[in-house]
Amino acid sequence: MGNRRISRRGLLGAAAAVPAVAGLNALARGGLGGEAALAEPAGGNAAAGHAGHEFAHATFAPGRSVDHRANGFHPTELLRDFDWGKTRRLAGGRLLREWTIVAQDKEIEVAPGVKYEAWTYNGRVPGPTLRAREGEKLRVNFVNSSDHPHTMHFHGIHPALMDGMPGIGERRGGGQIEPGESFAYEFEATPFGLHLYHCHVAPLAAHIARGLYGAFIVDPKQGRPEADEMVMVMNGFDTDFDLGNEIYAVNTVGFHYIDDPVRVSRDELVRIYLVNALEYDPLNSFHVHANFFQSYPTGTSLQPSEYTDTIVQGQGQRSILEMKFPFDGDYMFHAHVSEFAELGWTGFFRVGDPAKLSSAEAAALYCKLPWGGAGGLS
Amino acid sequence: MEAAARAERPGGGLPAWALGTIPLALIAAAIGAFALLGGPGLGERSGPPVEELSVERTQLRPGEIELTLRNDGPDPVEVAQVAVNDGFTAFSAGGGREIGRLGSTVLRISYPWIEGEAYEIFVLTSSGGTVDAEIAVAAETPAADLDFYGLMALLGIYVGVIPVALGMLWLPFVRRIDARRIGALIAFTVGLLAFLAIDAGLEGLEIAAAAPAAFGGSALVYAGAVVAYLLLAAADAWLRRRGEAAQGAGVAAGGVYLALLVALGIGLHNLGEGLAIGSAYASGALALGAFLVVGFAIHNTTEGLAIVAPLRGGDGGGGGASPRLSRLAGLGLLAGAPAVLGAWIGAAAFDPSLAALLFGVGVGAIARVIVQIAPSMRDGDGRLLHPLSVAGMIAGIAALYLTGLLVSV
Repeated sequence: MGNRRISRRGLLGAAAAVPAVAGLNALARGGLGGEAALAEPAGGNAAAGHAGHEFAHATFAPGRSVDHRANGFHPTELLRDFDWGKTRRLAGGRLLREWTIVAQDKEIEVAPGVKYEAWTYNGRVPGPTLRAREGEKLRVNFVNSSDHPHTMHFHGIHPALMDGMPGIGERRGGGQIEPGESFAYEFEATPFGLHLYHCHVAPLAAHIARGLYGAFIVDPKQGRPEADEMVMVMNGFDTDFDLGNEIYAVNTVGFHYIDDPVRVSRDELVRIYLVNALEYDPLNSFHVHANFFQSYPTGTSLQPSEYTDTIVQGQGQRSILEMKFPFDGDYMFHAHVSEFAELGWTGFFRVGDPAKLSSAEAAALYCKLPWGGAGGLS
Repeated sequence: MEAAARAERPGGGLPAWALGTIPLALIAAAIGAFALLGGPGLGERSGPPVEELSVERTQLRPGEIELTLRNDGPDPVEVAQVAVNDGFTAFSAGGGREIGRLGSTVLRISYPWIEGEAYEIFVLTSSGGTVDAEIAVAAETPAADLDFYGLMALLGIYVGVIPVALGMLWLPFVRRIDARRIGALIAFTVGLLAFLAIDAGLEGLEIAAAAPAAFGGSALVYAGAVVAYLLLAAADAWLRRRGEAAQGAGVAAGGVYLALLVALGIGLHNLGEGLAIGSAYASGALALGAFLVVGFAIHNTTEGLAIVAPLRGGDGGGGGASPRLSRLAGLGLLAGAPAVLGAWIGAAAFDPSLAALLFGVGVGAIARVIVQIAPSMRDGDGRLLHPLSVAGMIAGIAALYLTGLLVSV
């Protein structure tokens, strides 16, 4: 696949072909009624926190929410949106997996009322979670429809020309991809694990911080145990361009999973693909309340390395986390860098469905202790 | 003959009022057409909108921080989120989240602040811009109730009225000393006033630096000074003409008149001083203590002396009719009572632009007073600057500088 010029009109078509994410709002909001109903029977002591106490935790101003429809993506949908691309058998019997990724400039709302001029892959931040199996041949057709030069630099093992690195392979169509140009990255899915792709055009921090990053998952040949899988890309936004982030989040929208908790089932294995795409701060972290998880650094081994409730990641670092929730209820997760937590990087897991709980007793069971509410130990 | 004269006049036969209003009407029409057509030829603005917000006032109540924001940029600004000490927090906007040009809004921010701690607030606008506000030391803003106004009045009386009245007790002494020494005393007053003018000017400029630039900022200090100077000069001319018409403008009346001017200038200065004290107290930056009050008392006592210095009663020597007590009380109140008013304004509705203007007015008034009383320090040869007057002025400056060390607001 060579370097070919394509018209702007063609690019717009390509951009439109990216599946428009219709809001999951209606579905997501369905649970809120249940939550409101719950606050009463729980006796005002909302262990869910966000429903009751005046200053339970940092939050955005009430009465306003992000317009996910205008953004074109929804953080709740992003969680479990794995893009397997299109496949076909090559002559040798080998599987080719193919994607088209379009770099676009797009204004997105990163906190209620706060607009940010993002640079995106396929109109969303983070970019699509590209997923393949170990040993497959991969082709990523990259189209730069942004006003700025970009690349796609994949973490993995591949030849220099496929590295998405400006200055390397320009004569053969690779390297820096100028606006209106395109390039097909071709490489093998190896090693298995949880990787990352991002733009590598200088100034590097600025290009990444604008939103040009996404998760790249290579499943081991034998696969992983059945689980409720989700991807969490930890990111942040330097909205005033002072080389420091104003807003921190998982999957872009600050505090999103407080208003719309991540719904999981009790006793079901939950697998989190955790990627740190944060710029300007050297470290980020993930901590879950009232639970522990197995951690697989970079996902390159099938044996966990640590059983913990908090992990720290440097820039570009990834881990696969596995856990089960033994009790119903709302469990906070957040960066244990408390500053990030209070600037948007906080959410809840919701285990069980509060909407199904009708009696006050059941609500107490959901909200408080598994053996029947506060003081139930006696 | 008459027709010929009319023809020679510029503008032909039109009456003068028409010649005056026609350009005005044309200007209005041109501006209207320009605005209606959306500024033809200028095109779109270059670059993103400019967002400028200034924090005019910070108030703290239990569990709440209140910020008064003013938009002094050219474009409307929308407040989207607020973070205190790097944590987003709930807030409501009294004047709406969107602030038009020169408009303002009041943000009521829910936050469990703790007394004595420092806080950094950033306001995030809809375009992602940030506006910072700082609370150096958190302390509850006093509620503006009757007790509070009573306290401010008491403070104003302590630092303004009483010290000035005490200073005026030098009147008998002033009336006893000879003409040469009285010149030195007037020079002392001039030095004192010069120090006050510099002090007020610097304070005004300092406050203006924090005021919205759209309202003029430091230009308000200069404009206030010029306007006050001109108004006092006009009032002076008017009073003199009236006085000459009524009587021969007696020398004693002249002394009282100068004293009145000095009292007025000092009063305007004390208005600014009260403003500074009131706002500092309201923001918790001022600890009310005996030391502060004593300091101000000593500082302002010299102002009382400045008022009575011209009341010697005649250029020819002592012995003019002693001024009535009610007149003296009036002079004292004119000089001291504005401190009460200033404290009220400063504590209840401190506005940096208004404060800058008032400080400027104080400077202008004092400058005018200096110009008017300076001739009284001339020596026998008519010289303004002679060793005694220079020594007096330096003593005045030194007195205020040294007593000023006792107080710093």
